[in-house]
Amino acid sequence: MVAQYITEIESGADVPRLSARGVTVGYGDRTVIDELDVEIPPGVVTTIIGPNGCGKSTLLRTLSRLLRPTRGSVVLDGEDIVRLRTRDVAKKLGLLPQSPVAPEGLTVADLVARGRHPHQSWLRQWSSDDVSVVERALAMTGVADLADRAVDSLSGGQRQRVWISMTLAQGTDLLLLDEPTTYLDLAHAIDVLDLVDDLHESGCTVVMVLHDLNLAVRYSDNLIVMKAGSVLAQGHPRDVVTAELLHEAFGLRALVIDDPVGDRPLIVPIGRTHVQIPGS
Amino acid sequence: MNVTVAKSSMAPGVRLGRVSFVWRPRIALVTLFLAGAAFLAFCLSIAVGDFPMGLPQVIATILGWGERVDEFVIMDLRMPRALAGLVVGIALGVSGALTQSIARNPLASPDILGITSGAGAVAVSLVTLSGGAATAVVSSVGLPAAALAGGLGTGLLVYFLAWRRGIDGFRLVLIGISVSAAMEAITTWLLAGADIRDVARAQAWLVGSLDNRSWDEVRVALWGTLVLIAVVACVAFQFKPLHFGDDVAAGLGVRYALVRGVLLLCAVLLAGVAVGAAGPVPFVAMVAPQVAMRLTKFPTPPFVASGMVGALLLIGSDLVARTALPITLPVGVVTAAFGGPFLIYLLVRANRR
Repeated sequence: MVAQYITEIESGADVPRLSARGVTVGYGDRTVIDELDVEIPPGVVTTIIGPNGCGKSTLLRTLSRLLRPTRGSVVLDGEDIVRLRTRDVAKKLGLLPQSPVAPEGLTVADLVARGRHPHQSWLRQWSSDDVSVVERALAMTGVADLADRAVDSLSGGQRQRVWISMTLAQGTDLLLLDEPTTYLDLAHAIDVLDLVDDLHESGCTVVMVLHDLNLAVRYSDNLIVMKAGSVLAQGHPRDVVTAELLHEAFGLRALVIDDPVGDRPLIVPIGRTHVQIPGS
Repeated sequence: MNVTVAKSSMAPGVRLGRVSFVWRPRIALVTLFLAGAAFLAFCLSIAVGDFPMGLPQVIATILGWGERVDEFVIMDLRMPRALAGLVVGIALGVSGALTQSIARNPLASPDILGITSGAGAVAVSLVTLSGGAATAVVSSVGLPAAALAGGLGTGLLVYFLAWRRGIDGFRLVLIGISVSAAMEAITTWLLAGADIRDVARAQAWLVGSLDNRSWDEVRVALWGTLVLIAVVACVAFQFKPLHFGDDVAAGLGVRYALVRGVLLLCAVLLAGVAVGAAGPVPFVAMVAPQVAMRLTKFPTPPFVASGMVGALLLIGSDLVARTALPITLPVGVVTAAFGGPFLIYLLVRANRR
């Protein structure tokens, strides 16, 4: 459904929509990301993983223009993102930041409708286009039945669907999600990630940050593994995820086996206790 | 007019030529009702006095159909007070709606954030330090200007003290409360060392009063408020995504720092204009947006309705102050009397959550 906004992906098969070139970002004197290069391939789900404080969210925020790099540039569809108008970026790239807030009592429909903001102006605050796009965004995320409910009365998982719905209403085929499963229990996390996969199926390019490694492996076609502000590895989970890499990136001892229900690797962490390694 | 009505879940849109907006019947009706009530209170404020008049007489005279004698009493003697009430009420209501929206906190009104007390402190310093010289100039031009400057200075001070890679509503309120206390301490200190006649004048002004307004004072407040509200009206649409936090706003293509800065400046200036015209009338700016939210059942303070409630509250309080007791009280005494309990109600409600 969202696919109809999409400029033919097939035509420019491997041209990255979004890329970071020699990007350095920091807060004040502290450099978080140093000289980083990364390309986001079109039409797939890319997930950024890495230990706490490695700069995952900082990278996502830089890619979405929330942060301005001190050196290097982020290129969106061939143009330097800081040279674009904020509004034009918002028409191409939908962003769901960490912990957004909704005023108490705001309805789902009103929240999702706000996603149309980049397409509106002072004179043109609400059009029939807006109505149909918002209705589609509500339907696609499965929250159409909740449209009249107050956002604060929903469960965490429903709320996250509503926020994704708002991001979809922006009508972009490039979505950046910063930890969309935080604070969700596993069932709701799976629910949200299934939705992300639906969006991918409909033609969206998705970039997200996830904490849970196994969920990242299961749901993404492209992993960006970060450590201390640089990219350690990038590629399909099948090619990237190995016990050595996990040890190098996270200092984690783990067994990498075949996922019994999927075609991806499965990470089995090995801690100090409760472990009986077979054969040892 | 082409009215497109979507499914019940979505607010319908209205299109007039190239202009389209969301149609929310409840807000429109409540705002209209409030505007009518504010106008009625305005007329009533003119009608009530030593020489009582009928409402039809007042309305006719305002519209220019009245008699000479009535015109003198109404337009020259009573209009400034009523108009000051209207303008100051609207300015305070809109100012409060802006600060509460920006801070996302119902306690963040100009009086709590120290803007009003800062304006008061600077104005009082003008009264006491000028030592009675050139008092006429001081009270008509200097006082409003000093109040405006004081409000602006304090507003900036609070904003920069609260700024830490963004604005957090709670920190804004806490810093506002402490700056407010400091400003009140300065005022008390100034009054302690001042000439007794200046103290009397300053005290009367500090309570907040609409007594003895002149057309000149009202005109300054009126134009200031009109200009500032025009700016707010232009920027308000871009503010809508800011209710969801800075990151969401940026993601939706809003230059949030600019939008917030402009609106906060407008809020501070509106409060400054109001204090300049009527003194630091307490609580109206805090109560009005909250009442407007409850009446319109809107999740964020509606700007226009807040202004209307502000005007209604201020003129209404002034009427009570003038008629309830044999002696005329300053309006600030009445607004404090209802505003105090309302503040407690807000605190109790915030604690329950």
